[in-house]
Amino acid sequence: MARTGRHKQPMSAPYLVNGATGPFEIVVGLEVHAQVISKSKLFSGAPTAFGGEPNSQVSLVDAAMPGMLPVLNGECVRQAVRTGLALGCTINRRSRFDRKNYFYADLPAGYQISQYKEPVVGEGAIEISLDDGTRRTIGIERIHLEQDAGKSIHDLHPSMSYVDLNRAGVALMEIVSRPDMRSPAEAGAYVATLRAILRAIGSCDGNMQEGSLRADVNVSVRRPGEPFGTRCEIKNVNSIRFIQQAIAHEARRQVDLIESGGTVIQETRLFDPERGETRALRSKEDAHDYRYFPEPDLPPLLIDEAFIAACRESLPELPDARRRRYEAELGLSPYLAGVLTADIEESLWFEHLLAETARRQGRAQREVAEKAANWMTGDLFAALKRLDRGIADSPVSPEQGAELLALLADGTLSGPLAKQVFEIMLETGEDPAAIAEARGLRQVTDTGALEAAVASVLAANADKVAEYRAGKDKLFGFFVGQVMKASGGKASPAMVNDLLKKALG
Amino acid sequence: MAVDAETVARVARLARLRVGDEDVARLAAELNRILGWIDQLQAVDTEGVAPLDQVIPFARGWREDEVTDGGIAADILVNAPASAHGFFAVPRVIE
Repeated sequence: MARTGRHKQPMSAPYLVNGATGPFEIVVGLEVHAQVISKSKLFSGAPTAFGGEPNSQVSLVDAAMPGMLPVLNGECVRQAVRTGLALGCTINRRSRFDRKNYFYADLPAGYQISQYKEPVVGEGAIEISLDDGTRRTIGIERIHLEQDAGKSIHDLHPSMSYVDLNRAGVALMEIVSRPDMRSPAEAGAYVATLRAILRAIGSCDGNMQEGSLRADVNVSVRRPGEPFGTRCEIKNVNSIRFIQQAIAHEARRQVDLIESGGTVIQETRLFDPERGETRALRSKEDAHDYRYFPEPDLPPLLIDEAFIAACRESLPELPDARRRRYEAELGLSPYLAGVLTADIEESLWFEHLLAETARRQGRAQREVAEKAANWMTGDLFAALKRLDRGIADSPVSPEQGAELLALLADGTLSGPLAKQVFEIMLETGEDPAAIAEARGLRQVTDTGALEAAVASVLAANADKVAEYRAGKDKLFGFFVGQVMKASGGKASPAMVNDLLKKALG
Repeated sequence: MAVDAETVARVARLARLRVGDEDVARLAAELNRILGWIDQLQAVDTEGVAPLDQVIPFARGWREDEVTDGGIAADILVNAPASAHGFFAVPRVIE
């Protein structure tokens, strides 16, 4: 689940960093590295599964043994093109691979195969939505395909680093934005939106903890109206919250530096979430000299119209279209529609719940949508958060949710009883009707029994009845509470209200 | 473009090649001779001619997305100067 945090500053006002000499604006651009969902690697037949034994998912190609040749995985091209189409980008009919040369222990060839001058996907844009409902368009500059590197582990031995090449050669899409974001919240919303789209179309699982989605964050500051300042790149940030924190800290650092007479130098930095600061990577002077040149082992990547058409055909409904449909067809508020379309799994769960709820109650989806949406985003999401679970392993199924909503709708359960039943469902996984039956949690709507309860409460509180009749209206709530208590919480609140009004009349 | 001693030393460092001071002047001269040939090629007018990426027109040489490899950790590690617990073991690379 990826929901952006609410920032303290109202987003309709521009986000500014206040320095001693005046306000500064932040400029942010992101390079998001998204692992392509594929069974095998970009240029070899080794598997991509997460968490295998070290070096068990490596081919001789990935290990850069002499004489090995890369062969392009068509599925990775398909996923990059689908992603480009989903982000409204142009697709380049001809693109090319290049070698990016650098030396590191987990890069066995001494170069990464990437796309430098001619990426497979060109310009596009996505629309993001901020917490206050403001919508903004963020430009996409390009998407290119490249290989991931291996993994170095530095803490298993005092003087050695251990290298696992299982990830080496796994396909990544690098999605490069325009420097169009002006606040941490916008960057957070951009990544959340991007992630929702990738997950909806199935080109990346979006799992930030496992590193399937991570971002290099470019930050610069300027006085409003001035040209772009010098940027710093914060490498490899792997959560939306950290991205926002890193931007805020880095912008503050740059403003303080400029105001104390210093100059921002273009450099690569790391974000340390524990200390809440970014710091420079000890960079060697040659670190950025990648000496790109065309990859001689791979032909140009040519894509024809039929391939693009098939990719387009394969795209499901995108989150933004789904959000608009929820508003227009189901009558949901922009807020609820936004929350329910932030994650494809959650959208599908909601649609299942909604279909089932409408069926059980014999009503149109539009008539029950708001109740279902409120229950799911309220009670269910709160419970999942408490249990630290995602929607995929929710202890309650959509069918059970719909049954609970039906019991509420037909008056079998009152609101408070439904919450009790829901808690038991979470613990036991039982169906709500069975729980209500077995534990006697059905709402009491038997007029005779309730009248008796009302009568005994009034008899026991004759003094308060007198006060009420003398004009102390506030006591009505007290009587309702007493009758509810006497019924063990099971009385129908509406009926108790009516009967009390009559009795006190 | 002429290659000087400094460029030779820099390219060698980037490629992790050990080049002794006594070799630098000779290598610079050799590289400059190669660049001289490139200059001859550059003299040809290629205005309006697309770059030639491949000589033989190549149909799409894509693989199906199938797992056909892997599971050979021992082979992968066999030439490594050092390994431990299935990992390559290299001199520590962070300070």
